[in-house]
Amino acid sequence: MAKSKSAYSDPGKKGKLDTHIIVVWVDNEAGVLARVVGLFSGRGYNIESLAVAEVDPKRGISRITIVTTGTPQVIEQIKLQLGKLVPVHKVADFMRGDKKIIFKEMALLKLVGNTSKRNKALKVCKKFNPVVLDKTQKSVVLQITALRREIDTVMGDLKKFGLVSVSRTGAVAMTRGSEIFK
Amino acid sequence: MSKLYTGAEIVFKCMEDQKVEFIFGYPGGAVLPIYDELKNHDSIKHILARHEQGAGHAAEGYARSCGKPGVVLVTSGPGATNVVTALTDAYMDSIPLVCISGQVPTHLIGTDAFQECDTTGITRPCTKHNWLVKDVKDLAKTIHKAFEVATTGRPGPVLVDIPKDIQFQKAKYTNFKKQKKLNGKSNNRFSQKDIDKLIEMMSKAKQPIFYTGGGVINSGPKASGQLRELVSITGFPITSTLQGLGSFPGDDNQFLGMLGMHGTYEANNAMHDCDLMINIGARFDDRITGKIDEFSPKSKKVHIDIDPSSINKNVKVDLPIVGDVSEVISLLIKTIKKHKPNFLNSNKENISKWWEQIGKWRSVNSLNFINSDKTIKPQFAIQRLYELTKNKDTFITTEVGQHQMWAAQHYKFDKPNRWMTSGGLGTMGYGLPAAVGVQIAHPDKLVVDIAGEASVLMTMQEMSTAVQYNLPIKIFILNNEYMGMVRQWQELLHEKNYSESYTAALPDFVKLAEAYGCVGIRAKTPDELDQKIQEMIDVKKPVIFDCLVDKEENCFPMIPSGKPHNQMLLGPNDQKENKITGKGKTLV
Repeated sequence: MAKSKSAYSDPGKKGKLDTHIIVVWVDNEAGVLARVVGLFSGRGYNIESLAVAEVDPKRGISRITIVTTGTPQVIEQIKLQLGKLVPVHKVADFMRGDKKIIFKEMALLKLVGNTSKRNKALKVCKKFNPVVLDKTQKSVVLQITALRREIDTVMGDLKKFGLVSVSRTGAVAMTRGSEIFK
Repeated sequence: MSKLYTGAEIVFKCMEDQKVEFIFGYPGGAVLPIYDELKNHDSIKHILARHEQGAGHAAEGYARSCGKPGVVLVTSGPGATNVVTALTDAYMDSIPLVCISGQVPTHLIGTDAFQECDTTGITRPCTKHNWLVKDVKDLAKTIHKAFEVATTGRPGPVLVDIPKDIQFQKAKYTNFKKQKKLNGKSNNRFSQKDIDKLIEMMSKAKQPIFYTGGGVINSGPKASGQLRELVSITGFPITSTLQGLGSFPGDDNQFLGMLGMHGTYEANNAMHDCDLMINIGARFDDRITGKIDEFSPKSKKVHIDIDPSSINKNVKVDLPIVGDVSEVISLLIKTIKKHKPNFLNSNKENISKWWEQIGKWRSVNSLNFINSDKTIKPQFAIQRLYELTKNKDTFITTEVGQHQMWAAQHYKFDKPNRWMTSGGLGTMGYGLPAAVGVQIAHPDKLVVDIAGEASVLMTMQEMSTAVQYNLPIKIFILNNEYMGMVRQWQELLHEKNYSESYTAALPDFVKLAEAYGCVGIRAKTPDELDQKIQEMIDVKKPVIFDCLVDKEENCFPMIPSGKPHNQMLLGPNDQKENKITGKGKTLV
């Protein structure tokens, strides 16, 4: 390690990084997203993706889904620090790959090209519930829902079929079966 | 129909309901309606600071010394940005502050108006919570909630930003109802089972230690009393962090002194070698733990804290107990008395070897220094100050640096809330305005700011506040003409390259005192020190005491960074064998 003139202690051993999905229920009030995101940036936590929208208009509750990476200790801190914020009602967390959780991301894909290319493109997307949202003589807009890595792969595969623009949401999550997040 | 009040009136009605007696503030355009209303509320006195940072620290001093939240009132823009240091300081040291700031009228927000800044944006990371009030109907509810957030759980600062038009608009005043829980956030999450487990660990321990912190003070004076009982019925040794000083008597035989970077030899070695560490209201700060990988390697660790996010943040613990210190200790004592009434005696033999070992460490006498009859040693000055003020229920504030550590080492506190120092943020310039706030809360007590000449110049203007309100605070400056702690690190870690740590052209502090309309006293030699300190104590006016001390004295003991607790630098005689080299340098 190069000598730094930092006045603080040595970084210590780095733990193993895991990817977690953190779900936060918050009061839908001014600045609440800034508080959550500011907590991540201020304490040096990562945000891989973020999805947020109001889910209970009557009570004014928004649900924020954050995909993050960190050591187990950092993930624990993220949960506890989030829990301390005044507008936060509850925090749930699970590891990516947890079998009990459904976990989806949506992407809009615009392809420009002849019919044969567009049909091939549609075939590539077949596994990921493609919906044609818009169609012209030379273009098509597709909607797919899949896991992050699957969308990454699809994007690579579609390059040669005239993919010109991509718009993706962050991941959202839901428990399987009758159970709900606690 | 019930009466309508203006926003400004509502601010004061809320404060009256919250039993606020003092506001520390500074007026300006965007808070003028609130200042206009001040005259109609006799039960609330406004203390005019000379800078908003000073107002903030004064409110901190007030809050720490009397346990009530400090209230700060500032204007928009620069008023709000100036108070940010004090808010951050309060956030780091868990001090309850309620800051009310003016804001430009709502229709001008976002237009870069005169004295506009994004106050809630700027203060978001340095408050527990903040609010921008955009509807006068929400004002009362918001202010009451602000007081609740500031004072419950782990205390801290909050800010309410009130646009000027809201201060003029009218609304009904809703009476204040105490909420049970904030979004279901409860403070006590421990059970009898946790306490039983702790007692089991305690009765097995052969080398136990209590490591206590500011959480004991924040839990109220009752907690300090309970801590004393707990320590006495267990016979365990106890050490305290900087913030925890005073929760246990500093001259008690079971007290090992402060721990950490400048803690005593016995406290740090006991922390390193213990087999059971019971952390009560402290947070494993980096100035305490030293090198984290080698921190107390053999111990089981118990952590009692009101803030669940403090648990396992820096150090992994074996038994976390989330709860208010006072409630945890009270159940602990009750359970010990019920199930192990004879704990002290049955346990004596268990830990007798441990006390023997501690005795050996103690005999090193690590706070020792080589005194002089020609120049005043700073440690000697603190010792004399202590001897001459210990029978007076004295309140001590400090700035930040060597003098702060010497004060912590050599001034012995025996009551909580008597020691106000900026530990987390380490804010130079904290002590003088804090002393103003302490003296406001305790007008008849002796309040001394143990200061360094560099720190105190950062907020020197607050002497004017002290004079205005006849606050006889004593500013006891250990003047070595250096930023002493910077100089010490440069000597030990940067090959004596004293880059910019010497202050040329210091003011004449005695004349400066006179210019402010207070009293200046200077002490130059050890033999005149006692008489001059006595003179300072006897004067019923604010005093600036210019104590000329040895310019090259260093603060020992010291954990040379990059080293664990059991490898300390002990002082001039020990330094040759223990040079800080290489990697250690980066770690201080």
